Amino acid sequence: MRPSDADGFAESAAAYVHIPFCSSVCPYCDFAVVAGRDDIAARYVAAVRAEIATSERWRALDAVYFGGGTPSHVDPRLLESILEALDGRHGIAARAEISLEANPEDFVADLARDLRSAGFNRISFGAQSFDTGVLSSLGRRHGPEDIAASVAATRTAGFDDVSVDLIYGTPGETDHSWERSLRFAVDQDITHMSCYALTVERGTPLGRAVAAGAPGPDPDVQADRYDLANRVLESAGLERYEVSNWSRRGYECRYNMVVWAQGEYEAYGNGAHGFREGVRFRNHRRLDAYVDRIEAGVSPRAGEDEVSGWDAELDRLFVGLRRSAGVLTGPGTDALLASEDGKSLVEAGVLSMVDERLTVRKPLFTDAVHRSVLDLTPLSS
Amino acid sequence: MTDQARIRNFSIIAHIDHGKSTLADRLLELTGAVTAREMREQLLDSMDLERERGITIKAQTVRLEYTASDGQDYVLNLIDTPGHVDFSYEVSRSLAACEGALLLVDAVQGVQAQTLANSYLAIDAGLEVIPAINKIDLPAANPDEAAEEVNGIIGGSPNDILRISAKTGEGIAQLLETLVKEVPAPTGDPNAPLRALVFDSYFDAYRGVVCYVRIIDGRLDSGEELRFMATNEVHEADEIGFLRPKAQPVASMGPGEVGYLITGVKEIDRIKVGETVTSATRPASDPLPGYDEPKPMVFSGLFPTDGDDFEKLREALEKLRLNDASLAWEPETSKALGFGFRCGFLGLLHMEIVRERLEREYDLDLVATAPSVAYRVTLIDGEVRELRSPQDLPEPNDRQSIAEPYVKAMILAPSEYVGPIMELATARRATVGNMNYLSPERVELDFEVPLAEIVFDFFDLLKSRTKGYASLDYEPAGYRRADLVKVDILLNGLPVDAFSAIVHRDNAQEYGKKMTARLRELIPRQLFDVPIQAAIGGRIISRETVRAKRKDVTAKCYGGDISRKKKLLQRQKEGKKRMKMVGSVEVPQEAFVAALKVDDEL
Repeated sequence: MRPSDADGFAESAAAYVHIPFCSSVCPYCDFAVVAGRDDIAARYVAAVRAEIATSERWRALDAVYFGGGTPSHVDPRLLESILEALDGRHGIAARAEISLEANPEDFVADLARDLRSAGFNRISFGAQSFDTGVLSSLGRRHGPEDIAASVAATRTAGFDDVSVDLIYGTPGETDHSWERSLRFAVDQDITHMSCYALTVERGTPLGRAVAAGAPGPDPDVQADRYDLANRVLESAGLERYEVSNWSRRGYECRYNMVVWAQGEYEAYGNGAHGFREGVRFRNHRRLDAYVDRIEAGVSPRAGEDEVSGWDAELDRLFVGLRRSAGVLTGPGTDALLASEDGKSLVEAGVLSMVDERLTVRKPLFTDAVHRSVLDLTPLSS
Repeated sequence: MTDQARIRNFSIIAHIDHGKSTLADRLLELTGAVTAREMREQLLDSMDLERERGITIKAQTVRLEYTASDGQDYVLNLIDTPGHVDFSYEVSRSLAACEGALLLVDAVQGVQAQTLANSYLAIDAGLEVIPAINKIDLPAANPDEAAEEVNGIIGGSPNDILRISAKTGEGIAQLLETLVKEVPAPTGDPNAPLRALVFDSYFDAYRGVVCYVRIIDGRLDSGEELRFMATNEVHEADEIGFLRPKAQPVASMGPGEVGYLITGVKEIDRIKVGETVTSATRPASDPLPGYDEPKPMVFSGLFPTDGDDFEKLREALEKLRLNDASLAWEPETSKALGFGFRCGFLGLLHMEIVRERLEREYDLDLVATAPSVAYRVTLIDGEVRELRSPQDLPEPNDRQSIAEPYVKAMILAPSEYVGPIMELATARRATVGNMNYLSPERVELDFEVPLAEIVFDFFDLLKSRTKGYASLDYEPAGYRRADLVKVDILLNGLPVDAFSAIVHRDNAQEYGKKMTARLRELIPRQLFDVPIQAAIGGRIISRETVRAKRKDVTAKCYGGDISRKKKLLQRQKEGKKRMKMVGSVEVPQEAFVAALKVDDEL
């Protein structure tokens, strides 16, 4: 077997489950989410279970990830029924990572306990900020104190692995308030953090507001904030392992590591994307379209792309170069380093070879690297 | 052969949009040259671009048959002319084949500079000018005022001027009668040796060169051996005929008649427009006057974005030249842009049209450098050299002086705009000559101005300062010495030849500042700081910096995003492909021209 980019992860089996329900939709969000459709949650979960039951049997899962939406917004018994379906179909490995995204808004001690007993062992909080002003301009309904209480509740319930997401570069945020948010987060004694630059997506309320002239995030300011995050988190013992992700050693999100190592992952629910046996596939994004199809006995797939040969090699670079550890050398990295773009990226100190691995030394320029990867052709031997 | 007494040859002189093509359509319809079923708008404008832009680029001609109120049948040969300043040489050609000219003036807009210039051409050529005020059906029409302006040019009584609507057909019948009555019949000598004027030509992929000819004296027979007097070549008349408007072969054509001639010649250069055709067996002793060859006035470098397209560009230019003898080019090498061609154009519209046709009809992606003019440099040893590209300017120590081309410009505008026009003209180093009131509301201003000052954006600025009412015409007026310097632009320390420009010393500082500031806006941030400098010789006159980009990354990329993310990056990458690498700096193609576009500043 050839050495893999992220040892162990490339051979792991993972699954993603999408839970689209939210209490309200945040103005910057462009994921497949719905608010005010709680009435359909039980039907939706039944549909997801049906999709799991008809998917091709696989080996026991090493990582399961419930993303959304707000999975914590849904009755934990429904979530548990999905885990049961996964276990029944594929099996869930004894030491699997079973992760769930949660909103600090209504995360109480009982919920933490129920989730733990349902089988979840990792919680990722969409905290976004510890600054009241920033939280309100992001349309979040929780306050800084709710985050602290939520993290404490997970600890009490026996969760060992807790992550917090923050967003930086929101207009109105200052260097100072960002640093305070980071320190607050670190002080909760978490094992993992994700920090995302606020991104203006077309078609969202934020996108429309910015198009109409409202202030948007300043990329130079975001670059400063990113550097600040690196300094604060590294000194708190959290190591960056991907462009936007930091963790204590051994607490990298396993599900994501599988994705970045070009491993295989199942995907269930509306708008979910998966990769199995060389095929990338995606489900219908609209909630009703997804449920109707499952209930009618029709496949929820909206499309698939086969990835093999050279395309797979480029995909390996594409996903792997976001990781701090980079990728092992191979025909793709050879082609990249021989290309004009690749040479100038090396010259600019963006790309470099470290211990036989090609790495992006300036993560803020990862897209420039990605664009150079897109059209590479194999070197003729 | 038609009796000369029954032939009327005429052109239509009109400004763009004054309704020439619509009138031509109406005449075709009324004389039954085309049936209503065949009718489509602007029938004589055959190029897509002509129809799209509503302008005529190539002259066209058509033979109409008309029964006048005197009961006699007449042949009316309409020789259509282009309306834009760049193509005025084509107008002179057409006029030389006519005895009359119909001066068509828009009842809303009144007389424009181009109309005025072409009217003078017609009067000078001894043509009978028949004025008509068009578009009288429009609510804003003011035919009386337009008639008064026309009077200011050609004299006569305003009441005698025809008032028509080419759109509705009103007054067209009377117009036809007037043409028959007023345009003199040709008076060629039917017994003299053949003399026919080639007044236009085009290349047909199947037939080769097709000439448009007007028989002056004698007769032209199909199959006859012909001598082309300028080139002294002999070719056989494979086919001759009339354009009605479809080609209709005939056995012979007599004096006064207009039609086409096909000889089997395949190279358009071998038959010059203005050529005199005579019989090989019984040649005429003297050729007809002919015309001056059009000289390119404006020069611009055209470079393929993809260096591999160089040959494709050459082939495309060669094909375009088949129908546009005025297009001239020579290979040019730019350090910044690679291999391309320095092209000469008659004017700005001509340049724009050629570029558009190259991109559209030949699927080429081009970078065009800012237009410049042909300077004359006198070297130390007295040699005079013409340079068409600023980068060819010899070093100051090697030259005595530089001279630049001047033009005599005529602007026609409502009198209330005299102030802003003078201001603009003065800022462009113009010397103001005469001011002529055509009517109390409309004034003609004459200037002498360096061509370089008007080739780029002068017309746009003139339009914006006069709410679109001013019109401009110009003709070459020789060369004058001036204190000119070359301003170079350096990107990341390296001079970019395509950005070099020759400007007047007094304007150099200002020009340098504007260029560097403009380029700072146009050049996207890169992975490193990019200094932009303007310099005269080794002296830096201004400097700006494009700060390095700090962030080029997507915040999130998880399993679900991979395909979408790739699409997004692919789109960004396409955008980058439209950039030109200059050294290690990515420069958008638009920058090469846009950098010189000033906002409405002087």
